[in-house]
Amino acid sequence: MDYLLTEEQKMIKDLCRQIAEEKIKPVAAEYDEKNEFPWDIVKVMAESDIMGIYIPEEYGGMGGGVMDLAIATEELSWGCGGISLAFAASGLGTFPIILFGNEEQKKKYLPRIASGTIAAFALTEAEAGSDAGGIKTTAVKDGDHYILNGTKQWITNGGEAEVYSVVAMTDRKKGARGASAFIVEKDMPGVSFGKKEDKLGIRGSATREVIFTDCRVPKENLLGREGLGFIVAMKTFDHSRPGVAAQAVGIAQRALDEAVKYAHERRQFGTTISSFQGVQFMLADMAIQTEAARAIVYSAARMIDSGAKDIAKVSAMCKTFASDTAMKVTTDAVQVFGGYGYMKEYPAEKLMRDAKITQIYEGTNQIQRGVIASALIKESLAK
Amino acid sequence: MKIIVLIKQVPDSTDVKIDPVTNTLKREGVASIINPFDMYAIEEAIRIRERFGEGEVVALTMGPPQAEEALREAISMGCDRGILVSDRKFAGSDTWATSYTLSQAIRKIDDFSVVFCGKQASDGDTAQVGPGVSMHLDIPQVTYVKKIDKIDKGSATVERMTEEGFDIIETPLPAVFTVVKEINEPRLPSLKGKMRAKKAEIRKMSADELSCEEDKIGLDGSPTRVSKVFSPPPRGGGRVLEGEPEEVSRELTGLLKDIVIG
Amino acid sequence: MPDPIKVINDKCVGCTLCVKVCPFGAIEMADKKAVIDLTKCTLCGACVKECKFEAIVMAEKENKKPVSDFSMYKDVWVFAEQKKGSVQSIAYELLGKGRELADKLGVDLCAVLLGDNVKAQTEELIHRGADKVYLVESPKLKAYQDDPYTKVLTELIRKHKPEIVLCGATVIGRSLISRVAVTLRAGLTADCTGLDIDEKEKILLQTRPAFGGNIMATIITPDSRPQMSTVRHKVFKEAEPDTSRKGEVIEESFPDDTYSSRSRLVDIVEEIEETVNLAEADIIVSGGRGLGGPENFEMLKELALTLNGAVGASRAAVDADWIPYSHQVGQTGKTVCPKLYIACGISGQIQHLIGMKSSDVIVAINKDPEAPIFSVATYGIVGDLFKIIPQLTKHFKETLGK
Repeated sequence: MDYLLTEEQKMIKDLCRQIAEEKIKPVAAEYDEKNEFPWDIVKVMAESDIMGIYIPEEYGGMGGGVMDLAIATEELSWGCGGISLAFAASGLGTFPIILFGNEEQKKKYLPRIASGTIAAFALTEAEAGSDAGGIKTTAVKDGDHYILNGTKQWITNGGEAEVYSVVAMTDRKKGARGASAFIVEKDMPGVSFGKKEDKLGIRGSATREVIFTDCRVPKENLLGREGLGFIVAMKTFDHSRPGVAAQAVGIAQRALDEAVKYAHERRQFGTTISSFQGVQFMLADMAIQTEAARAIVYSAARMIDSGAKDIAKVSAMCKTFASDTAMKVTTDAVQVFGGYGYMKEYPAEKLMRDAKITQIYEGTNQIQRGVIASALIKESLAK
Repeated sequence: MKIIVLIKQVPDSTDVKIDPVTNTLKREGVASIINPFDMYAIEEAIRIRERFGEGEVVALTMGPPQAEEALREAISMGCDRGILVSDRKFAGSDTWATSYTLSQAIRKIDDFSVVFCGKQASDGDTAQVGPGVSMHLDIPQVTYVKKIDKIDKGSATVERMTEEGFDIIETPLPAVFTVVKEINEPRLPSLKGKMRAKKAEIRKMSADELSCEEDKIGLDGSPTRVSKVFSPPPRGGGRVLEGEPEEVSRELTGLLKDIVIG
Repeated sequence: MPDPIKVINDKCVGCTLCVKVCPFGAIEMADKKAVIDLTKCTLCGACVKECKFEAIVMAEKENKKPVSDFSMYKDVWVFAEQKKGSVQSIAYELLGKGRELADKLGVDLCAVLLGDNVKAQTEELIHRGADKVYLVESPKLKAYQDDPYTKVLTELIRKHKPEIVLCGATVIGRSLISRVAVTLRAGLTADCTGLDIDEKEKILLQTRPAFGGNIMATIITPDSRPQMSTVRHKVFKEAEPDTSRKGEVIEESFPDDTYSSRSRLVDIVEEIEETVNLAEADIIVSGGRGLGGPENFEMLKELALTLNGAVGASRAAVDADWIPYSHQVGQTGKTVCPKLYIACGISGQIQHLIGMKSSDVIVAINKDPEAPIFSVATYGIVGDLFKIIPQLTKHFKETLGK
């Protein structure tokens, strides 16, 4: 389908596919196996200006928006849904600075990130997952500094990133309204890292605890003002969900491509299995679903870039639809591969493992449906 | 430091399929790429410019108008500009005429220090144009360069790959270096590079502009002639051995016995 | 300037023979007439010969030079490459073919040897078929350097006027010979796989693969001398030595500046490789993607060891870092032509086939019956290489009594 991409967007698409094809695809299985962080790929992405796609030009980026980020994430995820996270999760960690940072903060951090420094977003805790209001990490003001204490869990790019956008409670009494967001650097005193998670999928990404022990953060590193933390998180997610959705589309597209190729090679009963209608219909459904997912992701991304205000609903819709699609399409791909699909030697099972997380993180699909439903009710009441 | 990179647009051989019926190449949809060996030349030229922090890398190609695409790709990797030497008068050039024509174009670029090119082109495989250019320009050459140990404006120390290892060679500049894949790993294009490449003006040069002598270009300037083109005799006669591993292995051992012992 | 090649529409009947024969895809049909795309055409002339209706004509050369008199050009020369004072086997291969050519022309076969203290080597060159050996000795010619070798060989050719010069397509040969050809304005054809004499015209017919080896082209050099060719290692058989042969050694020397060099050879470094040199091996056992991992190359090594052969690999296996690049066979690796090539788990991408298809006997073992490798195989086995190769090793061990 022709999505009428701009010249620049076509370049992003082509270049990211080239990186996926030439650099990521050949090493994806190895990173999956070893559970390591793909620094060599990050270097390639930084040299190709990919790491700064969504960063404004005046801060050394390419000045692209959510749409550009989505296109890049989709193509990189076609190569590997885990490795692409080094890029996409860095975007998640950077959006708070782009959206809420002041001029000094932007000048200090964005050019570094555009040239390959990794960022991360640290919100989730053991008892605060989808319920961001339950955060236990505290930030207490002490003169020119805030003192952070607490443990963040399952932080993508944790330990590898140098810049963290951290949400902590400055006033616990106020609940969600008592949260604030800070920029914390890896080498600030009191920052340490806990265990590396051994995950089902996206194993080419780093997921780790980030621990703050009397961590002194200069007060200039507060994002926005005190009490804005929850808003920072929600607005960031509104901008980043199309990225997760795009990751799902990339994984689904790869599953479709692999399934079509395999169906055309695999011979049973004296002919290729692609000549069987049972297989044909599966492939057709996979293609329809993947294309529909892409269409909703691009539409949502463009709407966000247009500056539209109420984006929570479309953002949730595209993330939910695309991730459910990826799960379905990758499961079907395993089916098309038959017994080989279940084996690690073949690419299908990894895609299925990688797809699962997209239904879970950045707000489970159940939370997303809640967001969509409450938006519907709010809209109905406003009429 | 000014560096010239000679590149050639070739059909992507990894993309080429053989028609199983006619045993000829399927050409439809075969993409054109920069000769893979020239990619190493481009990379090395850019690295040297980066190391010096100043200078210019000029990509130069001779070919049909569509070879402009190869120059744009070179610019997207980091070359500063591209020159396309193109004229119908060049049609039918063999390696003699090609190296003459390229050397005429290089003469138009003053004050260059190095001419880089790949050790050979993947479509013709002759490895003659690089050395030919150095001779036409009457400057030293080092072929099969696998490493540049030292380089400044006036001289360079490089390693030439040989069948047994390598030679270390010191040469004054300007010189022609033909490079092998061991020398580096070519980078991918960058987004900024792609954007610059899209807008870049490609300088085109014709035979007249290069003050080429008419009897040294194209068919007239080429000492060699193709007298006949034919399909190689099909190998054919292939036999498929069937059976259990034990059986086929025994049969094959019997068939190959004489070769193996001989 | 008139079109260098054109279709005479009145004569073209639209049979499309030319479209099929064009190796460069430069001819299309429009309105049932052939149209040549001059940006793709290389003026190879294949269509002119194919057309039964004489509908395609090539422009004759302009200002056609008067037919040159080449009668003073005689003899077939072979550049005898030496390293560390010993003549390389490529020279003996060229002498074998050179002898044939010289006999057909009724002229002498001469070897050219440049070096320092290499006179002792001239005898072997004569035994291998040379009637004369041109010998130039100087400390400055001890090891190959571009400038002095180019100048000396050029001067020798100018002085003695051979009609044919053959040179190995080696690192040295390829570096040297193109420069000599450019200086002499001589025609040079690279990587010839066939050399013959046109008995009538007395000219050299040089056959080489074009465009990846799927078409062959015969190249001639009608209007200049000498006619020069390079030949890859192992394409022709070495001449057998005949110790009773006698020949003449002609020593030449040149003014000092002929030996001068702008570049300086600082050092020659040899890197010892544990494996047999691929290009030299008579038997090669090669592995590709189907091997699944680096550890499985051990299985191939055992078979290769049993057969006294070398281990090769496809680009896929090298790119996956299963085995070093020095083992790569194919367009971007080495061209080989052993007596026996066993391809295991190699699908046979065109770029691999280019590097090995002239092997005497090719065995392909692959689980995919559609793999292109089978199209060049003398013997094909469709099956599981992990079961077949150990069996094969076992049977060969028995046969060879190992």
